[in-house]
Amino acid sequence: MIEIKGLSCGYGEKLVLKDIDLSIETGQFFGIIGPNGSGKTTMLKAVTRLMHIVKGEIFLDGADMKHLRANDIARSLAVVSQTTPSLPMTVREFVLLGRIPYYKKLQFFETHNDNSIAERAMELTGIIHLKDALMSEMSAGEVQLAFIARGLAQEPKVLLLDEPTSHLDITHQVGILDLVRRLNRQEGLTVVIILHDLNLASEYCDTIALIDNGRVKKCGQPSEVLNYKIIEEVYKTVVIVRESPLSGKPFLLIVSEEVKEKCQKES
Amino acid sequence: MRQRGMRWILPGAVLFLTAAVIAAIISGSAGIPLRRIFSVIAGGNTTPEYSILIDIRLPRIILGFAVGGALSVAGVILQGMFRNPLVEPYTLGMPGGAALGAALCIILKLQDIFPAIVLPVSGFIGSCLVILPLYFVNMRRNVVRMQGILLTGVMTSFISTSLVVLILAIAKTEEVHSIVFWIMGSLEEPSWALIIIIGITAVLGLFLSYLMASVLNALSLGEEEAIHLGINTERTKKQLFILASLLTGISVSLTGIIGFVGLIVPHFVRIMTGYDHRKLIVISFLTGAGFLIFCDTIARTAFAPVELPVGVITGILGGSIFIYILSRRHLSGRTDGAL
Repeated sequence: MIEIKGLSCGYGEKLVLKDIDLSIETGQFFGIIGPNGSGKTTMLKAVTRLMHIVKGEIFLDGADMKHLRANDIARSLAVVSQTTPSLPMTVREFVLLGRIPYYKKLQFFETHNDNSIAERAMELTGIIHLKDALMSEMSAGEVQLAFIARGLAQEPKVLLLDEPTSHLDITHQVGILDLVRRLNRQEGLTVVIILHDLNLASEYCDTIALIDNGRVKKCGQPSEVLNYKIIEEVYKTVVIVRESPLSGKPFLLIVSEEVKEKCQKES
Repeated sequence: MRQRGMRWILPGAVLFLTAAVIAAIISGSAGIPLRRIFSVIAGGNTTPEYSILIDIRLPRIILGFAVGGALSVAGVILQGMFRNPLVEPYTLGMPGGAALGAALCIILKLQDIFPAIVLPVSGFIGSCLVILPLYFVNMRRNVVRMQGILLTGVMTSFISTSLVVLILAIAKTEEVHSIVFWIMGSLEEPSWALIIIIGITAVLGLFLSYLMASVLNALSLGEEEAIHLGINTERTKKQLFILASLLTGISVSLTGIIGFVGLIVPHFVRIMTGYDHRKLIVISFLTGAGFLIFCDTIARTAFAPVELPVGVITGILGGSIFIYILSRRHLSGRTDGAL
């Protein structure tokens, strides 16, 4: 679905991404992890055309994105970003903005079809009861759901999410990821998600790409990527990796300095 | 509250505009009661009352309608694309440029050559000369830097204002008087041709900005979000910038500096309609047109026969109404809507 070939890009002279090759298949739940400043968000920005590409190509559904029109891209690629708007806009109005890529010339108001697609998006994300609430008066978790609903209103093939669970408690973290997973399985949506929390990434993603210093360090199933040697090397932190008793996926435990010193003394 | 009142806003704005027009028609030193208006007009070009209506009051009403509407729509566009509620049409520095053009034209005595149109034309040239560097300085690799535009605009505004003060310092007394009079702004305009031009421009501007309404909705989420929604933001920003500049420039060059309309009207309307530019643009145009016609009526009747500068009335009236509304909203605990 998305094919990144030899991608290099950066801010000014400094390259943030160096020669990235990634291939994301249709229907995949694809996670991107990596330390702060490793280039995860830059990569997402390159895919969504917010960044100028220095070298390489990105293909969307087989077509070079350079030659696609902005409107057509927005019809197959929806983005849930980290920004929070505090506009006095109702949830319904916000979700309907996702229909803009489908507006015809000289179309000013949403059609009946647009309205029912927006309604369905709000139903799928479970915020239909909030449709007349103001975006500026909702909680962080609800705002995130509204963003996902707006993404769904674009009727995309791919949903890109940039750390949708940061600042949320575990109820909302799991709620949002369960929702995205459900959309992935039931609606056939390809999901590309940047996650900070390695355990969430392990639990939900089919494939994980670990980005380190602008390069793909490792790409594969959670059990291949979340290996304690690789994680310690990239994150420069001592971790213990175990297997989740229910899902069989790897999970990470961190080790504090105090405990580490105590263990070293005992041995 | 917003949802309930929504369907009354458009009729309300139309009603306000109609009331302002009627008030402007019937008030003045020669009081012509409303019921006599039709008989005076039907009577044709024979009575003095006819010429007061058609040659004095009607041009002012059309000009007030066009300039009030144009400045308000320019304000809506700029506040939307800069996502900054303090931006107004004058932030870009066009009034300074127009004032400089007009002042130069007065001290060089150019208006003796083509009396009717030279002041507006030089004002327009002045405001264009200010806006062009603003545009090109902030273009980098085909990308328009928004914050840069704001800062450069404020700076060019300072420069041109200082130059106007310099001209005032070296000009003769009667020239100073005409420069100051021009700067204070007035809806008096003898040339029907110019009135028709600005009338058409304002309505055309309203139409064009309405075409961009849903794009402005997306832009008010931020540029990145607008790109995610499939909008070519660079092209759009240029179009919106040119549209707002044209509306502002033509208004300023014809009527001088009438402040506060482009700042207060969009704010006031946004409190009622919410963020949606499809409503915001139309309602702002109607409200701004009505507001300026209304202020002009006060300006020419309050201390008749002395005519006050209309900018004084828009400032005092608009500012006080706005502070009153903000404090009421503050008391009732609502903080949104200011943006």
